[in-house]
This record gives sequence, C-alpha cells and structure tokens, in this order.
Amino acid sequence: MLGDALVHALGLEKEMARVERLPRDNLNEFGFDPFGYSPDYVRAVAPYVLLFYKYYFRTQVFGVEKVPKGRVILVANHSGQIPVDGMILATAMMVEPEEPRMVRSMVEKWVPTLPFVSYFMMRTGQVVGTPDNCVRLLERDECISVFPEGVRGISKTFSERYKLAEFGHGFLRLALQTKAPIVPVAIIGGEEQAPSFHNARTLARVIGAPSFPITPIPFPLPVRYRLYFGEPIAFRGEPDEEDERVDRKVKTVRSTLQALIHRGLRERRHVFW
Amino acid sequence: MPFDPDGAVIVTGICGRLGRNLARKLHREYEVVGLDRRPFPGCPKDIKHYQIDIRRKKVQDVFAKEPVRAVIHMAIMHDPRMDAEEHHSFNVMGTRAILDYCLKYHIPKVVVLSSANVYGPRADNTQFITEDTPLMAAERFGDIRDLILVDMYANTFFWKHPGVETVVLRPVHIVGHVHNAPSNYLRLPRIPVVMGYDPMVQLIHEDDVVEALIRSLRPGVRGVYNVVGPEAVPLRRLLREIGRPVVPLPGPLFEAWLRAAFRLRLTSFPPPELDHIRYVCMVDGSRFERDLGFKPARGLREIIALFRGNPGGGA
Repeated sequence: MLGDALVHALGLEKEMARVERLPRDNLNEFGFDPFGYSPDYVRAVAPYVLLFYKYYFRTQVFGVEKVPKGRVILVANHSGQIPVDGMILATAMMVEPEEPRMVRSMVEKWVPTLPFVSYFMMRTGQVVGTPDNCVRLLERDECISVFPEGVRGISKTFSERYKLAEFGHGFLRLALQTKAPIVPVAIIGGEEQAPSFHNARTLARVIGAPSFPITPIPFPLPVRYRLYFGEPIAFRGEPDEEDERVDRKVKTVRSTLQALIHRGLRERRHVFW
Repeated sequence: MPFDPDGAVIVTGICGRLGRNLARKLHREYEVVGLDRRPFPGCPKDIKHYQIDIRRKKVQDVFAKEPVRAVIHMAIMHDPRMDAEEHHSFNVMGTRAILDYCLKYHIPKVVVLSSANVYGPRADNTQFITEDTPLMAAERFGDIRDLILVDMYANTFFWKHPGVETVVLRPVHIVGHVHNAPSNYLRLPRIPVVMGYDPMVQLIHEDDVVEALIRSLRPGVRGVYNVVGPEAVPLRRLLREIGRPVVPLPGPLFEAWLRAAFRLRLTSFPPPELDHIRYVCMVDGSRFERDLGFKPARGLREIIALFRGNPGGGA
C-alpha cells in the first residue's frame, strides 16, 4: 500500500499510532457514524494529510494540552483562500494530544453540493454547520471547531491579513445552550500560503460561489503553520439572551483570539521557517 | 353505524403490497375492512373488501354500515407516471373525504401514512430532521406537492379535532417487496449513482412499517412521528453489500440522461428525485421510539439480503 510505504519512508509511525486510537464509539456495523464519518477512511487518508502537515507545512503546535476533555468548541481564525487551516487544526488534534480527538468542523451549507469534496468532508468527520448538528455533537461530548468569520475569513486580501473579520453569534449561543467551553485557536501561516489581491465579488456571484479571490498562486505555498491554543473560556448565561449581551461575549472571544494571533505573529521569525 | 370499540379497522389502499402485508398481520387481531379501487386477489376470508375509489360517495355507506374503531389511511399514491391532476385529486380529495368521515362517524382513531420524503433531500439539511421542521420537498420537486398537502391536511386535522386521535407517520424509504422508487432502485440490474456523492441513507423494512402502523392504533397515541429503521448507512456502502454493479455518472450527465429517459418512458424515476442519491434527507425517529417503544426488528443485514443477487423487478 502506498499509504503504508509513506508512513515508513517519512517516519510517521508515532502519528499513525495516535490516529489508530481515535474513538470508535457511535459507529454502525459498517464503521460509519450517523453523520457519515469513518475512522477507517481517516486512517487511510492520514499518511497523505500528515505528509502535508508535518513535511510540507512543518506545523508547530503550542498549548494543545489546554483543550479540556469532553465537549468543547474550538474557535479559530479563517484564512488562506483554500481552507487548509481546518485540515491542519483537525490533524493537530489527532496527533498532538495524548488522547487523540476527532475534530468535527462546522462547514458551510453549500459544501455538500460540491462533488468529491462533499464526500471527503463527510468521511473525515466534517458536518454541515446547522445549530442542531452542533448541539447533537456537543451533547455527545465531541470536539467541534468553528470559524466564526465564515467566508469573510478565507477571502481576505493580503492587506487585511490576520485582521479578524466580523464574528457570527451562533457559536456563542450554542456554547451557552450546551455549556461547552470555548478554546480560541490562532492559526498562523495560512494568510501567506496564497496571497490574494482582490476578491472578485461580481464574478463570484455570476458563478454562484461565495467568494472569488484573485491570487497568482495556484497551490498553497509551503509556509510554516503555527497553531496557538488559548485558555478555555466558560461563559454563563441563557442561550436566548439579548443580542447585546451575546455580542459582548462574542467580542471577548474575538479579542482573545486577536491577542493570540498577535502573539503568534510576534514569535514568528519567518513566514517559511 | 358509527364508532364501536370492538369494531373493524378500515384500511384504505389495502391492495398495495404494503396494504396487503398490513392486512395479513392486522386481521389476526382486529376485524379488517378494506377500501381500494383495485381488486384484492387472495383476500383472506375474514376481511371484507370494498372495491371503490375513496373519492366516491358510496364510501360513506361503508362508514355508515360497518362498526368501526379506527381507520388506517394509506391510499396515498406516488406515481410520477400518473396524470398530475388525477394524482392530486386522488391524494388530496381522497384524504379529505376519509378524514371527514372519521369526524362524522365519531371514529376515535385515524392513522395517516405519509413519508419522510416530505422534508426533501437538500444539501443544507440538518442531519436529523425533527417532526416540526418545515416540509421543503416541493421546492425542487413540484410533483410531490400533493403528498405534502396530504401531510399538512392531516396535521391541520390533528390540531382542529382533538377528539380524534390522529397519527401521521413519516417513515424513511420503505424497502422490501413493495414497488416504490427506493425498492425499484435497489432492484436495478446495474445501479447508477452520482459521481462524487455518497449521502447517508435511512431505510426501513416493510415489515417494520406494518408494525409501526399497528402500534399507532394503540389508544392514547396521537401526533406526528418520523419512523426510522436501522442505523443510517452510506449509499455506496449499501450498494456494495447488495453486490450488483454500480455505475457512477457525473451529475449533469446523469440528470440529462434521466430527463430524456423519463420523457421516453424508459424509466419511472423523475429527474428531480436524483437528489435522493445526492443529498441527505435523514430524520430523527426518537419521538416515535420514546412514545411507542418502537424499535425496528429488521436490521441492515436483512434489508441487504432482500436485494442481494436476483436483479429484475425493473424500473
């Protein structure tokens, strides 16, 4: 098998041992969870993903031990035209902590319309970001990740890099409803992987895409990815409280994440190594 | 004669495969009266069958004459080949007539067999659709409008007439010897799929649907219920277990081919139904499980065994 050969050639045994230990509860007799996630599929694609994670992007992870056990929402900044950041984050949670965890990312509602992508997303544990899906997963004590900037985040131009766009409120109400702690995660590197100079909104509308960033780079550059996990934040309150109160909490998360991003940028000596 | 606690159960649409299965099981426990415009060959001796269209006035005589304790309304057709007007009239007017008689003759229980298809397969569907979700199926597939109307009509009836225990069942794809789209699809000699898509699907064995209908007769049970069978499975994995050749076709090509084939009457699958093998339409059946203690008796293996090997049955 090519995958096995990769594992031996690149010395990915330690990482693969973690992938093998992904939780396997809630699977049906064919090895799928009700959302279509398959640990076996993840194991099959892991060597290729790890090749990028470890050798192409040479990812460094700081503070992953801060992610508490049980239900948790990872809130990260979004970047990079091609959403590699979600994959990097999920891989980090799989191979870095003592107890590997499967990150269930909340993806945009149009993702299931994309052939092959929809399939890959589903098998690797990603789910359509409806509030109900989110609550069901959190109530099963899963680890979910959200990019509250949404499409606004990935389509930033180079001049707006590492400036957080507006956050949605949904994730915070869900955190209140399920009493799940929030862990901010700063993802550094994505903004330089494919600098974009213009977001062709009209063109995007014509082809029905949410954004159409113009970038001279056809494939992500081998930037170094750095992930900074912040301290968990537990909010108290009612999921249906007024917008202003939720807004204040969202701002807390946003400013914490922005500070974490600044720290990451300060500590970084170079974009590529 | 109106309500009689020891009276019969009227089953409309008794002559379909599912109706006959239900009748065979039901008549061991209850007296059964059949209502269908089709004949009932091999009708068990103790079942009284009236061969009338449910929209006819004469149906009232059946209600007036027979002592009745409950009605199971399953004379709801989904035949894309049928003239749209006739389809609509049969489903909507038929349902209205049956529910009206239930009211008029003080029948305390009516069970309407709808379908989880009323929610419709959509890319942005949440994974587990609950009973209070809007019925969106007609957005992309107009022909299903009357099935949604029937469901909503029964819903309105449920709210308006608290004296009648109305049960609306929305089972997931019913599979078995029945001749509906999902079963026909799984019986195809070569099974086409949409390239690059593999949604999770929920199936329920016809025997479990019969069981769900019978359970709904229990006094005190009322409401709208999703009914699910065994756990969901990816479509391709299901097809691999069934073991017949699978033909992946690119979406636009598949759609064009299906549109042409449907027009030429080479297939009975209407083009918009392609979404059923592209997007997810899964429901949460926990309410029915909680309120009625329903657990499907037939697992995925038994469902797969139904379709393994012998092709045919056709489109």
